[in-house]
Amino acid sequence: MPKHTLSVLVEDKPGVLTRIAALFSRRGFNIDSLAVGPTEHPEVSRMTVVVECEELPLEQVTKQLNKLVEVLKIVELEPPTSVQRQIVLVKVRADATTRSHIVETAELFRGKVVDVASDSLTIEMTGKVEKVQAMLGVLEPFGIRELVQSGIVAVGRGPRSITDRALRSA
Amino acid sequence: MPQQLHRQDTQDRPEVVTIVTERATPPKASPANLAQARARANTPDAHPAASAAAATNHIAPQQVTGAQSLVLSLEAVGVDTVFGIPGGAILPAYDPLMDSTKVRHILVRHEQGAGHAAEGYAAATGKIGVCMATSGPGATNLVTPIADAYMDSVPIVAITGQVPSGAIGTDAFQEADIRGITMPITKHNYLVTNPDEIPRAIAEAFHIAGTGRPGPVLVDISKDALVGQTTFSWPPTIDLPGYRPVARPHGKQIREAARLIMAAERPIFYIGGGVIRAQASEELRKLVDLTGIPLVTTLMARGAVPDSHPLHLGMPGMHGSVAAVTGLQKSDLLITLGARFDDRVTGQLSTFAQGAKVIHADIDPAEISKNRVADVPIVGDCKDVIVDLIDALKAEHAAHGAPAYASWRETVADWKATYPVGYVPAEDGLSPQYVIERIGALSGPEATYVAGVGQHQMWAAQFVEYSRPNSWINSGGLGTMGYSVPAAMGAKVAEPHRTVWAIDGDGCFQMTNQELATCVINDIPIKVAVINNSSLGMVRQWQTLFYNERYSNTDLHTSHNAVRIPDFVKLADAYGCAGRRVETAEEVDAAIEWALATNDRPVLIDFVVQRDAMVWPMVPAGVSNDKILIARGGAPLWEREA
Repeated sequence: MPKHTLSVLVEDKPGVLTRIAALFSRRGFNIDSLAVGPTEHPEVSRMTVVVECEELPLEQVTKQLNKLVEVLKIVELEPPTSVQRQIVLVKVRADATTRSHIVETAELFRGKVVDVASDSLTIEMTGKVEKVQAMLGVLEPFGIRELVQSGIVAVGRGPRSITDRALRSA
Repeated sequence: MPQQLHRQDTQDRPEVVTIVTERATPPKASPANLAQARARANTPDAHPAASAAAATNHIAPQQVTGAQSLVLSLEAVGVDTVFGIPGGAILPAYDPLMDSTKVRHILVRHEQGAGHAAEGYAAATGKIGVCMATSGPGATNLVTPIADAYMDSVPIVAITGQVPSGAIGTDAFQEADIRGITMPITKHNYLVTNPDEIPRAIAEAFHIAGTGRPGPVLVDISKDALVGQTTFSWPPTIDLPGYRPVARPHGKQIREAARLIMAAERPIFYIGGGVIRAQASEELRKLVDLTGIPLVTTLMARGAVPDSHPLHLGMPGMHGSVAAVTGLQKSDLLITLGARFDDRVTGQLSTFAQGAKVIHADIDPAEISKNRVADVPIVGDCKDVIVDLIDALKAEHAAHGAPAYASWRETVADWKATYPVGYVPAEDGLSPQYVIERIGALSGPEATYVAGVGQHQMWAAQFVEYSRPNSWINSGGLGTMGYSVPAAMGAKVAEPHRTVWAIDGDGCFQMTNQELATCVINDIPIKVAVINNSSLGMVRQWQTLFYNERYSNTDLHTSHNAVRIPDFVKLADAYGCAGRRVETAEEVDAAIEWALATNDRPVLIDFVVQRDAMVWPMVPAGVSNDKILIARGGAPLWEREA
């Protein structure tokens, strides 16, 4: 099934995340990835939700989301017309013989080392999902001790702002 | 460029295409709108805008407690009746409530009764029903009626007390996260912990419950918010930037619908409860008469067009008439107004009306193309849709002449004549269908009929002749046994001048009969007909048909073999109701006349009926509607068509 990235602008009120998450679950959708944070408008939060589903169910879940009183706007961001990024922090086993190799790998993926210990390195890297997966694939043989990934965040390309338009007449 | 999430139903609605919340776009949430919604509810014919401004109360700021602010808010929003039960957390609200001269509080015996009473009140009038309960178990007892109201789009506001805000999250005594619990079954809900927020929360709750697709809204108020000091003034500022119920149907879609109607050979109106909620019966009648197209009314729409109308084919669905079910199946165009392709109507979805195009009008865009893809989606209030359709069709008729649909009308008329909904009178014992038929015949179209859920509900939908919207009230979507008595109570409070029948089953009645005490004490003289077959009848019917007559746990011992546990007549007596038992067909009319003449207290008639009566026609669950059975093992003889 295709993946869809939805940007959901919501009022920043208690319980709104629960409402959104519960709606996906109640209508039988699995959330692939979820990221929430404030926007340039203090009263508005933005959720980036990635769901795996066909067109018709996507339409249904979007309409259901739109019915939530605290949802202001929903936009689907298509990969060609948007920038979609994920951040990963990965702790890799490293000894004297492998350390430089790992640092080199990180640099190749434009990642950076953010923590060094005697037998490990922690690398921070931001990129598209595919790039993150590629780097993790290369690091895997060294031994990944701990891995944490954020949900995807996404923004449309070009000068237009969905938050601006959502709140224009506010 | 980001792709806007829109589909064909909204494509040419500029304000929807952008899915943008523009706070300036109508209908702007304001107390004026609120008054408007209520004005519409009270005076169906008046244009809402006219009385809107006048109906808004302006109340100067005054120093009060949160509890007083709550009661003042309820008064300001126009509440005249609240059904509820006090308890610890809501206790502060009950003190000022005692002094209110505008709000009548009716003390029920179980919170579920309060919720269903609010639903009955709302369903009878279109006004917003109100129920109140304390925290924890009081609130959780409201869950069933709230879910019921959500499924059937009934506008109610539930107000619950909550433990003090400092104790929230500590598993305090009688603490339940009722806002979390009711999230999936409310249109919206609130947790208020600041007394200053109470008027706005109440105003918004009523606005949301009554506008757009109606539904339940819950306002949970912590005890410290009720006790705390605040300044009350009215109207509060309503700020709902994300709430934008769609109002006007799109002209292009209306014209497209009219074009399809003109081109169809076998069109049919598939009328749902949305027409009732939109108070669009009169307009619908005009549309039906203008087009001469046959119609069906779903369980939620009984009474939207009088059953006596020659083009009325009856109720579709699992227990629908042959003509209604088959009319939909064989149609080439479903003109769907305020209906939602529920599985109880469509049967097996993939084989439902396979040859039909679909016009689907609904106020809730999420209903359109949810179960069945619409060829012409129309988002809008049914009344507006119908009025616009009438205009568009008149224009088409003027230009091209009105289609006659002659052979189609003949065909459906033939089905209707050949396969009327009927029953074979019991050889032994009393037929439940006969009882219900007589209740309807003797009480007439101005009475209100409120059913529980099960066989008696289906018979009441089939054998009472409806000709008035809101005269039939039942639990359709959730199918809540126990709905009847409290909902009838609510309907009677809303319209005291009407005869209100609770047509109930012996199983359902035992779930909520405690509200008879409420009815007696508060002088709410409803009439209860217990269709007593001593069983969970509908389940028993399925056991008969699909489980080799193995009657697992459906025997209720309420009448057969002279065992009556309980004895409903004695129970009625214990509550202070007038009670009477009927066991033969000869006694039926006299008992009903007696009930109709007894108005000084609630009346109960225990109709002891035959156990083996079944609801026919029937489309077994999950099967194509083509497989409709008119009796056990009896399918209609379709070769007659040839």
